Amino acid sequence: MADKRKQVCLKGTGLTKVFGIGRQQTVAVDHVDFEFYEGEIISIVGESGSGKTTLAKMLLGLIGTTEGDIYFQGKKRDISSQKKKKEYWKNIQAIFQDPFSSYNIFNKIDSVLLDCIHMRGGKKLPYAKKLELMTEACGFVNLKFEELTNKYPFELSGGQMQRLMIARIFLLKPKILLADEPTSMIDACSRATILDMLMQLRDEIDMTLIFITHDIGLAYFVSDSVYIMERGIFVERGSADEVILHPKEAYTQRLINDVPKIYEEWDLSTV
Amino acid sequence: MSNVMLEVKDLTTKYITRFGEDIYAVDHVSLKVEDGKSLGIAGESGCGKSTLALSLMGYYFPPLHYTGGEITIDGRNITGMNPDDVRKSVLGTEIAYIPQSAMNALNPTRKIIHFIEDVFEAHNPLATKKEIYDIAKGFFETVGLPAEVLQKYPVELSGGMKQRTVIAISVILSPTVLIADEPSSALDVTSQKMVIKMLRSLMNNGYVKSMIFITHELPLLYNVTDDIMVMYAGQIVEKASAKEAVFDPLHPYSRGLMGSIIVPEEGLRDVRLTAIPGVPPNLKNPPAGCRFAERCLYVRPLCTTHPVRLREIAGGRTYRCILSEEELREAYKNG
Amino acid sequence: MKHFIRQAFRSPNFVAGFVIFAVILLTVFIYPLIITDPPLEIIGQGTFFEPGIYVNVYDSIGSPHHTLKLSDAAAKRIASRLGDDERLAIKEWLVAAGIPEAEVDTENTERLIDQWVNTYDPAVKIPGMTNARRNYYIRLETSLRGLLSTEGVSIAAKNAETAALEEKSTVTQSDYVNVREVPNVRLLLLGTDNFGRDVLTELIAATGVSLQIGFVAGIIATLIGLILGLVSGYVGGLVDDVIMFVTNLFTVIPSFVLLILISFSIGQDKRGAVTIAVVIGFTSWVWTARAVRSQVVSLRNRDHVNLSKLSGHSIAHIILNDILPYIASYVVMALILQISSGILAEAGLSILGLGPRTTEVPTLGLMMNWAMIYQAQILGFWWAYFPVIVTIALIAFSMNLMNTGLDQVFNPALRE
Repeated sequence: MADKRKQVCLKGTGLTKVFGIGRQQTVAVDHVDFEFYEGEIISIVGESGSGKTTLAKMLLGLIGTTEGDIYFQGKKRDISSQKKKKEYWKNIQAIFQDPFSSYNIFNKIDSVLLDCIHMRGGKKLPYAKKLELMTEACGFVNLKFEELTNKYPFELSGGQMQRLMIARIFLLKPKILLADEPTSMIDACSRATILDMLMQLRDEIDMTLIFITHDIGLAYFVSDSVYIMERGIFVERGSADEVILHPKEAYTQRLINDVPKIYEEWDLSTV
Repeated sequence: MSNVMLEVKDLTTKYITRFGEDIYAVDHVSLKVEDGKSLGIAGESGCGKSTLALSLMGYYFPPLHYTGGEITIDGRNITGMNPDDVRKSVLGTEIAYIPQSAMNALNPTRKIIHFIEDVFEAHNPLATKKEIYDIAKGFFETVGLPAEVLQKYPVELSGGMKQRTVIAISVILSPTVLIADEPSSALDVTSQKMVIKMLRSLMNNGYVKSMIFITHELPLLYNVTDDIMVMYAGQIVEKASAKEAVFDPLHPYSRGLMGSIIVPEEGLRDVRLTAIPGVPPNLKNPPAGCRFAERCLYVRPLCTTHPVRLREIAGGRTYRCILSEEELREAYKNG
Repeated sequence: MKHFIRQAFRSPNFVAGFVIFAVILLTVFIYPLIITDPPLEIIGQGTFFEPGIYVNVYDSIGSPHHTLKLSDAAAKRIASRLGDDERLAIKEWLVAAGIPEAEVDTENTERLIDQWVNTYDPAVKIPGMTNARRNYYIRLETSLRGLLSTEGVSIAAKNAETAALEEKSTVTQSDYVNVREVPNVRLLLLGTDNFGRDVLTELIAATGVSLQIGFVAGIIATLIGLILGLVSGYVGGLVDDVIMFVTNLFTVIPSFVLLILISFSIGQDKRGAVTIAVVIGFTSWVWTARAVRSQVVSLRNRDHVNLSKLSGHSIAHIILNDILPYIASYVVMALILQISSGILAEAGLSILGLGPRTTEVPTLGLMMNWAMIYQAQILGFWWAYFPVIVTIALIAFSMNLMNTGLDQVFNPALRE
């Protein structure tokens, strides 16, 4: 549950993104409002085409907003220059859906991790210290740095790559982590590992975790607050128990109904 | 005793890579599906479940090669038939196959009815267009698809509708076995549910005598099939009824797989997910002993050196482990 | 990089293309080291000498003579001197003198001469023959007698003081010189061109210059295309619109027409090989730019680029490290095609007389142009233009082979 005494970490008002011009306009995100509290785990659930990934990219500052404002720690976000963007990205980081396309295949694993150390201002550290940091980060996600050094990311399995992503976050220690379907491209067995590590990491560096997912089961399992998104708007929001066990909106009900169950009877007559 | 629709004995198939290495993706798999029954195959990607689907059809093309075993469909042995004969006399009438991307296989320039005419032309050339249309219309209505779909082009249908249409076209000749390989994975949850509903009604109405359903999503499998078979590294590691497989798995791997299920149901927020460390072995040179040994939490010294056979226990369950049922349960109790 | 090169050399197409190209390139580099004559030096007084070995006559008189008794020497000598016209004239006379036409064979030199020597009589009057024609036959008879004579030839020189001719030496019909002992022998493997220049030397120099033009043009075109494509694709928005507008303008104006106009307006005096190369480069970047842009647009939204942004890298760093390596293979292929089309464009321009100015360097196009102006193709002087065509074709062919080879390596869809 969101602790009301805690501060609002990320806030959006009237956030809108319109793609295209004239007749071909599509509204991907349509005037959404939200407050994410510090230390909270939030899930934004939606089917493909609901605009959840567009929203995520706006939050990350990877694409501009058409309308509306984003407030970070109470202040209006300012990412008008490369320098300010870099400052913002020290606070908000992401893990993407497809680990296989998240890495530059020409860069070695070392350079991925060194980038993070440099971003945290560790450019001038002696190499031994950097090595220690990298080994620590890899150790956190149960990878051995000695085995990874001088290797390329594509030599790892999907699960290992996603863990390396988490090691990256471990080094960066951002205030907010945005995980865009972090487990949908990897095997079920690795999924538990990834989720475990994300939770541990959150406890370790006390960050706000935002999951973007289509999997309502995952949202229920991990999050404090759930936002259900349909065609660019939040149709329902609230605590995970409220939204998923007692959904008010028809769309949410349908979404939950349509997911296969194992303990309850899965009612097939509703479609 | 009920009729066995599909029986497979010790089926082994391999891929030959560009570098001439053999990869045994299906390794001595035996299974049996009875009339009116469905079998689910679960496993992680790369465990050989999709290769098994291709192998079951007896439809081998390089780099996939048949190396041994027997496939019997409704009493007819189809092992060793050449691909052309398989295509003519087995596919469509005996076996229908629906892959994940089936909906993309429809030629966008032709109407749905034309695909059905093709099916009849190949297997029942005497039917007239009017007869075919009537049969198709009746069939579509019974499986819950509107008859207008017949006169539409594939692009006019949504993804879920297209997938259901493809399924309807594939089973219009009432095949003995329907093999569905992740038929709903590319769809949104609502369309997925419609596909599942349709498959269930096909089974219940007897349009399809038996079904093999392949997916990595266990909750889905649990809701669709009677039995579940878990595959790991090309081998069967456990076979049990759906309920037993999900709620009382015996093999440590199945247990790990079931322990990663997340469903939005009350009280399931606090379950602890079980994770299996490590990665599956490379099938180019599989381990000598149990293939799961190096990831297993309950590994014994013998596991790594001795190949493990499938054990059969009461109730028709089988699992591949050197530990007995009691030993396993004891081990699980102690965590 | 190493990996890519190794992969490329596994493709038979690439290897074949590479070998042809390497042979051409090596010839261009090594030939001038051995034959140091300037390629545009005029050595022949006259046009279009046939390919062959040219032996200095003066030197061969001074060279040691060896006597070889070869039985067919005389027949060969006469046969080579007796032209087609003479043979027909002899036949005409013989037939008129009453020898059945079927018995006269102009190909069989020995018999023809026999028949002539036995039948010819200057006193015989053939009806209807003009005086001039009769005199022609008398002259023919004299020269034939000369050929048939077995005596040698005297070499005489004028004495500077007395102004009288003094015999220096005699050359008999059985005298031979060893070509190796003659100090001045010139092998003209491809003869000479209209200006009397050695075609082979010229051709190799021209190939070198054409390759340079191709490289300069190709590199300029690829660089412009690459930079515009990268900027337009990655930055997007207004920048993209402006660049694409310009690119589209260039697309609709046929670049060859543009090339002709620019080349024409520069003027003959200022058109050096480099100028032409630059002009070609500046008119042929359009397709590279479009292709690079579309590749970049699809890369721009990839997660690894997003990740790089989130790691705080600058736009330049992202373009150089996260975009460029992914399209490098593509750019290399575009470069190869640009080089080969640059060479072809130069040839095209030069044929039209709009190539580099003619006095400094030969290019493949200029050689074609010269051959065409002097009607080599009509007069049958094949050596002046055919080798040039073959060279151009070989260069383009080898580069296209390399390109398809690379395509097979980089484009998995084309692999087996």
